[in-house]
Amino acid sequence: MARITLKNMRHSYMPNPKGPDDYALKEIDVDWEDGGAYALLGPSGCGKSTLLNIISGLLIPSEGQVLFDGNDVTPLLPDQRNIAQVFQFPVIYDTMTVRQNLAFPLKNRGVDEAVIERRVSEIAEMLEITDMLDRRAAGLAPDNKQKLSMGRGLVRDDVNVVMFDEPLTVIDPHLKWKLRSKLKELHQRVRATMIYVTHDQTEALTFADQVVVMQEGEVVQIGTPVELFERPAHTFVGHFIGSPGMNVLPAELRDGGAFFQGQTVAVEGAVTAKDSKGIEIGVRPEFVSLGESGIPAQVRRVSDVGRHLVIEAMAGDQKVAAITNGPAPIQGDTVHLQFQPNQTRVYADGWLATEKAAS
Amino acid sequence: MKTENQKAWFFVLPVLLLVAFNALIPMMTVVNYSVQETFGDNLFFWEGLTWFEQILTSERFHAALGRQFLFTFLILIIEVPLGIAIALSMPRSGPWVPVCLVLMALPMLIPWNVVGAMWNIFALPDIGLLGYFLNHVLGINYDMTQDPIAAWATIITMDVWHWTSLVVLLSYAGLVSIPDAYYQAAKIDGASNWSVFRYIQLPKMKNVLTIAILLRFMDSFNVYTEPFVLTGGGPGNSTTLLSIDLVKIALGQFDLGPAAAMSLIYFSITLFVSWLFYTLMTKDDLN
Repeated sequence: MARITLKNMRHSYMPNPKGPDDYALKEIDVDWEDGGAYALLGPSGCGKSTLLNIISGLLIPSEGQVLFDGNDVTPLLPDQRNIAQVFQFPVIYDTMTVRQNLAFPLKNRGVDEAVIERRVSEIAEMLEITDMLDRRAAGLAPDNKQKLSMGRGLVRDDVNVVMFDEPLTVIDPHLKWKLRSKLKELHQRVRATMIYVTHDQTEALTFADQVVVMQEGEVVQIGTPVELFERPAHTFVGHFIGSPGMNVLPAELRDGGAFFQGQTVAVEGAVTAKDSKGIEIGVRPEFVSLGESGIPAQVRRVSDVGRHLVIEAMAGDQKVAAITNGPAPIQGDTVHLQFQPNQTRVYADGWLATEKAAS
Repeated sequence: MKTENQKAWFFVLPVLLLVAFNALIPMMTVVNYSVQETFGDNLFFWEGLTWFEQILTSERFHAALGRQFLFTFLILIIEVPLGIAIALSMPRSGPWVPVCLVLMALPMLIPWNVVGAMWNIFALPDIGLLGYFLNHVLGINYDMTQDPIAAWATIITMDVWHWTSLVVLLSYAGLVSIPDAYYQAAKIDGASNWSVFRYIQLPKMKNVLTIAILLRFMDSFNVYTEPFVLTGGGPGNSTTLLSIDLVKIALGQFDLGPAAAMSLIYFSITLFVSWLFYTLMTKDDLN
């Protein structure tokens, strides 16, 4: 188990990268504590798998270093780094039994037979696959195959980090929950540093203590699920996390205050942006309410998602989503939108540009 | 209410006719010949199983069958490992892939009798490139028209040259279908190159290899044109494989009865071995 540091990391798949657009990863600096559960969250193609492969040693970064507990492991091969990785599709050795599959990484490292025996039964019990140990691995159901892939990673007790690359992609929805809580439980038992890559916000937010949100090769924000939800550092985070995502509305700055559709909007704190260029207001639908006064808007659609209503209204030419518990307005009605000031922020060029409210 | 009619038969009819004309009827004429004696003029005499007994107890048949099995065994034992080895060393991506594939496919595109003729000229002791090189440059006494060992070496080499590509292409198709994650996982698990081959590549190639071996078995067991053009079955009878012997009996001696019986025995052996092999190779998949 180890603390993982990525220092000034950049990576390009091209031999001679020129502009920043040639980099799949642009300037990454992160520090992951020993024993933590982290998630890398971002849309497909944002560089999260590249980052994972760099940590596991399958890729050598163009620039920068990977440190495990302060030791530079950048030039080391995957098997020398003592890491484990679970892939998108279960990787199992078809011709072996479940037991042989679990024992394989230990056998390759010349571990003592008795130790192998003990570790294999421990891990099998943890994953609840003990009764399948002597079956051929090829015949397992997809979720058990994926458990087996995890097991091969966990069977070594000296792994520095266990990495998961969208491991639930091929798993049926009703089993996803089970496997996800299993993972959480495993993390609490083995206390290994775990990094979980996904484009699914629910997976990331339920698994991780800290989530790293990535976009186009850059880390946009690192924070706990609550922080990401409540105070997105970038409109991308606000948009990507939450369902529906944060409302991002074009706005103007006048006399240090923000205006939307000509009306002044109260925000959490002082605005730090200088001019009006690229100014937007961000407010989550959860903090938009319908009231007697406020920004006038016309209701375009009301969807009942069970727990609450999602209202889509047009304020001028801007679409604003609001979440309420009723009563439901009628489609076509004019309503007045109110933004909760301490949850309303100004973004300049996508980045947060208000000071935190004094609590 | 249940209506029953026999309309479905009409839909089966075309394929039934096709199979009848290209397989059943010719086959039945062979069965017909195999139990009768004929002296021409469409005169037939019932002989029962005499021809079968005669073939099965004949030394000549045993010898040809033995040579046939030896030939098939030798080419399989060379072509399969060699084919896998070549497939493993081929690039998996990049500009060389199509070049390799085309080069590999070339020998298979040449007609069988041309292959025989090519190798015949190639191997002639004094004027063929190979024959001349072996005799006059390396100083090895090589003459496939006189020496049975040399003749065997030549037909085996020719078959390997002609057909290893089939094993290569099928194995390669199996190899490229393995996702990268398998290799990455194996690296992380600390697997050796041999383990990667044994536990990842070979199992993933198993299905295509089964087909490759089956095709190579059937083709080599029934091979006629290439060895016939190359050696004509000689020197003596040393390269007279089953099919060559069969043609000698049927067309050379015009013994239609024994030839028909031999055909049926030959066919049964091919069918039985193919069935046995396929059953053994696929029995793991069922449970």
